Amino acid sequence: MSKLLIKLCRALGYAGSNLPGRVALFLYPRILARLSGQCRSGAVLVTGTNGKTTTALMLTGILNRAGLTVVHNRSGANLISGITATYLQACDWRGRMKAAIGVAEVDEASVARVVREMPVRAIVVTNFFRDQLDRFGELDHTVTLVGRGLELLGDKAWALLNADDPLVAGLAGARRGPITFYGVEADADPGEHHPAREIRYCSRCELPFRYLAVTYGHLGHYRCPGCGDGRPVPDIAVTGIWQGGAGAGSLLAVRTGRGPVELAVPLPGMYNVYNALAAVACSDALDLPWQAVEEGLAAFTASFGRMERLAVDGREVLLILVKNPAGFNEVIRILLRDGDCADVLIAINNKYADGTDVSWLWDVDFERLVAGARLDRVTVAGTRAEAMAVRLKYAGLDRGVTMCSDLGDALRVALQGPGPGGRLYVLPTYTAMLGLRDAIRRLGYARRYWEA
Amino acid sequence: MRRSLRILHLYPELMNLYGDRGNVLALRARCRWHGIDPRVETASLGARIDYGAYDVIVIGGGQDREQRLVSRDLAGDRGHALAAAVEDGVCLLAVCGAYQLLGKYYVTAGGETFPGVGVFDLVTEGGDGRLVGHIAVAAEGGTLAGFENHGGRTTLGPVARPLGKVLWGYGNNGRDGTEGAFYRNAFGTYLHGPLLPGNPWFADRLIALALERRYGEAELEVLDDQMDLMAHREVIRQSRLDARRGSVRQPGKETGASPR
Repeated sequence: MSKLLIKLCRALGYAGSNLPGRVALFLYPRILARLSGQCRSGAVLVTGTNGKTTTALMLTGILNRAGLTVVHNRSGANLISGITATYLQACDWRGRMKAAIGVAEVDEASVARVVREMPVRAIVVTNFFRDQLDRFGELDHTVTLVGRGLELLGDKAWALLNADDPLVAGLAGARRGPITFYGVEADADPGEHHPAREIRYCSRCELPFRYLAVTYGHLGHYRCPGCGDGRPVPDIAVTGIWQGGAGAGSLLAVRTGRGPVELAVPLPGMYNVYNALAAVACSDALDLPWQAVEEGLAAFTASFGRMERLAVDGREVLLILVKNPAGFNEVIRILLRDGDCADVLIAINNKYADGTDVSWLWDVDFERLVAGARLDRVTVAGTRAEAMAVRLKYAGLDRGVTMCSDLGDALRVALQGPGPGGRLYVLPTYTAMLGLRDAIRRLGYARRYWEA
Repeated sequence: MRRSLRILHLYPELMNLYGDRGNVLALRARCRWHGIDPRVETASLGARIDYGAYDVIVIGGGQDREQRLVSRDLAGDRGHALAAAVEDGVCLLAVCGAYQLLGKYYVTAGGETFPGVGVFDLVTEGGDGRLVGHIAVAAEGGTLAGFENHGGRTTLGPVARPLGKVLWGYGNNGRDGTEGAFYRNAFGTYLHGPLLPGNPWFADRLIALALERRYGEAELEVLDDQMDLMAHREVIRQSRLDARRGSVRQPGKETGASPR
């Protein structure tokens, strides 16, 4: 029965698709438990709003260095059907898994169900930001869903929680088993105050937290002015950061239970500091050798559209996914560090996977981008190109903006901007990125992502 | 004489669920483009405010948690003062959560009651599932387009006047085809998007009403809103698609699956 199923799914299957997973779950509801249960080292889950994909990929790299074969939903299909499809693809025709461990990024709303099916050894929770409210409803609801998953987790499984995000740290209450808090104690900016920053409350006093320092968004060192409760002391912490520009990475000093270490992360930006730290904390919980951690991180190449560098037509294209205000504001910080950011393509789609409501563009600090970057030529594209153009107009950029509804046209127009050897920043939402990659491939420059 | 307008952004850090700060950014920018000097101030919990000294007051949406704090803050004198300012003709824009709190009360889906300021004759109750999707509304003076995402169902009382009639989307409650409410120069609505940059004609109407009150005349030049109108039309188009797809139901047909 399952053999037939696997053949059927192979026939249906292509990477990143939920369809074979959906069919399999319909015909054989326990299939994910059956397949993932065969991996002798169990599975690791990564959930939260931002950083799931990158953290999971970093972990996979580290696990590979440690000599483990990994099954990982790297295409980003993170619902239970996508995860099932990933395992189906990794097993042989008799339904046997070769991989030693699974790494799955999991949609916040699917965590509880996935925990019930899979032999989870550790779960990483990255952060909670407003994202796709049209799909998830209010943020408090999303947090509750993840909390439910943590309650179902076995007593021996590790929870790796971001100490700097009050909503994530607050999940510790729902947990009986072991917890590791990770956090950043360096480069926190006391002056950083974004006009649309989300606020967080003490769950006991209902008072807004006071911040002693902010790393990004609402992440930082917080304390309740009422009861004095606040950020837990992290068990593993970044104590020093040396950051480069958009093309470069960071060097981190990390305090761990096994002593201080230095790690190179080849990706820029504070949110990638957190991603790396989460992957390191999880590796520590899994008792992986430090050498594997160091080498795995250093050899990391950007995942699908997360600071991905492509050579297109003699230009360097830097592909940076944008999906919510917190992430976009961090991208703006990175662009501003580069200074001479002149050519930018922003592609805003509002299909289901992007979130259909684009109101969030008004929580992005484009005013800061317009004030601080050259922006000689900006192209806007996607199903909501006009909305993006309007946003830039109100941010003070009314000249030098070209609008193309078609992604391929937009890419061709934008590529004319930088001279040979120049750089084009491409900032797409999720489905716009799929479309743009397709356009790049048609130009003959990048392979389809599951071939990469 | 150069005209100026005082704009008050109330509870900016608490009530900004879906980019509602864009309403303030739009007012500020459009004032400048009209040759008016915008003076934007912010105030939050516990502030002593002379509401009547302002020309336009803007409040955005928030979750239950923020609404609870704001409801408490507006209980008593502060709420009375705000209502008095509205009587005095101050322009007020209240979106979503703020709109609900300017009614008589809001009972959440969890059964908690937040008392409202009572500027509008309406009540709101939490319902089963959220009303989510693009929305287009026929209002006096033009079409309003935006995005709605609310669990509360608002019912207008006999004195309340709706801001407009739902063309595509849910509006106040998904049943009676009304959306929003207005009283004197105060406007309440479920439309995010945000509302004002998405509907430049309505932003200018608020500015004109404020000018009228302060200077007794409200002449505004016509601005180049070509791009804005394209964006506006796209939202209307998507509201029609949402309605046809069934992710948003027509008024009167709320029964059936919730949008998610």
